[in-house]
Amino acid sequence: MTAPDNVTFRIRRYDPASQQPPAWEDVTIPYTHGMTVLDGLRVIKETRSATLAWRSSCRMGVCGSCGMFINGHPRLACNTQITELGTSLVTVAPLPNFDIIRDLVPDLRPMFDAHAALMPHIIRTDVEEMHEPTGEYFQTPHELEQFLQFTYCIKCGCCMAACPTVATDPAYSGPMPLAQSHRYNADSRDGGFGARKKVLATEKGPWKCHYAGECSQACPKGVDPARAIQLMKRQLVFDYLKLYKQPCPSKVTQKPTEVRRRPDVPEAPAATI
Amino acid sequence: MRDQRLWTWHVMAGLVILVFLGLHMTIMHLDAIVGIFNPADPHPIAWANVVARARMGFFTVSYIVLLGAALFHGLYGLRNILFELGPGRGVKSVLNVALTVGGVGLFVFGAWAAWAAGVLARTL
Repeated sequence: MTAPDNVTFRIRRYDPASQQPPAWEDVTIPYTHGMTVLDGLRVIKETRSATLAWRSSCRMGVCGSCGMFINGHPRLACNTQITELGTSLVTVAPLPNFDIIRDLVPDLRPMFDAHAALMPHIIRTDVEEMHEPTGEYFQTPHELEQFLQFTYCIKCGCCMAACPTVATDPAYSGPMPLAQSHRYNADSRDGGFGARKKVLATEKGPWKCHYAGECSQACPKGVDPARAIQLMKRQLVFDYLKLYKQPCPSKVTQKPTEVRRRPDVPEAPAATI
Repeated sequence: MRDQRLWTWHVMAGLVILVFLGLHMTIMHLDAIVGIFNPADPHPIAWANVVARARMGFFTVSYIVLLGAALFHGLYGLRNILFELGPGRGVKSVLNVALTVGGVGLFVFGAWAAWAAGVLARTL
């Protein structure tokens, strides 16, 4: 699309203190080269509507704060060029499937509560080694591949906003928490499958996923939560049939002592931890 | 843990249905090659073939197993759809009981019908 001279933002406004229902507000601003939706919102806040509220931080698609419903799709406002939308009318609303705190600010607490309940961290029995590491946990490149893509999740909530099951079933944990749970279940350094299973085997688990795949389509980081959920279902079915054996968490490996550094490779800096 | 158990049974029932679907397709469309399920007539749904199959204990057991698998698979799917409508905990309990009782009732009736058909076929 050729760049427009002006862009009209149709913004969903809502202030719970006003006791008024949400309403649309149209604001037209001049387009500048390379303008993203977040840039446009900043211009509107600075020049037209100082009370407009949204959440953003890094402005480069890393922090996951600025997830919004832009022209009918969950996207990151900082990562969405106006020209990419193919129209000079930009409709911006808060992410669906969440309560609204104000204007474009969704209440993400249910998502993070579900995330925390699924223990998204390495669980091991050697707590002392985890706190005072004497080496590194051994992991092969193949083992890393099993979960690497799921580590790219930035918890923006776009997948939750796109999920048809989250829209109808409040008991369902949703794609982000489930994919992050699988990220740790699939990590060879982790031994927490049994602990997470106490939540995953209930109605909060992956069972309600229809495999619509909208979460994977919506993810701005290219993560595939739908795949994680299907892999998790398989793991849990095998577990029920006693066909799944939780691998032992990987052992601590020490630095090699008998290997000589090549003379053309500079010495590594001193360890900081 | 119940959801993990129910889902696993749902998958297993799906596999059973798949096996019996293969058997159905074999009887209906491939018996000219296989040649064991339609002894009385070349047409698979000829009355004489239906009676001949009903006399075989293998088919009586197959009908009952397929009935159980299809009922469980279908009713579990229906339960999932109904639960997505967002009923309260009390309604969920009522639905669980209603679907279980309905499913068991239909299974008993269907199993009796399959068994009775076998008995009747032997008298013909």
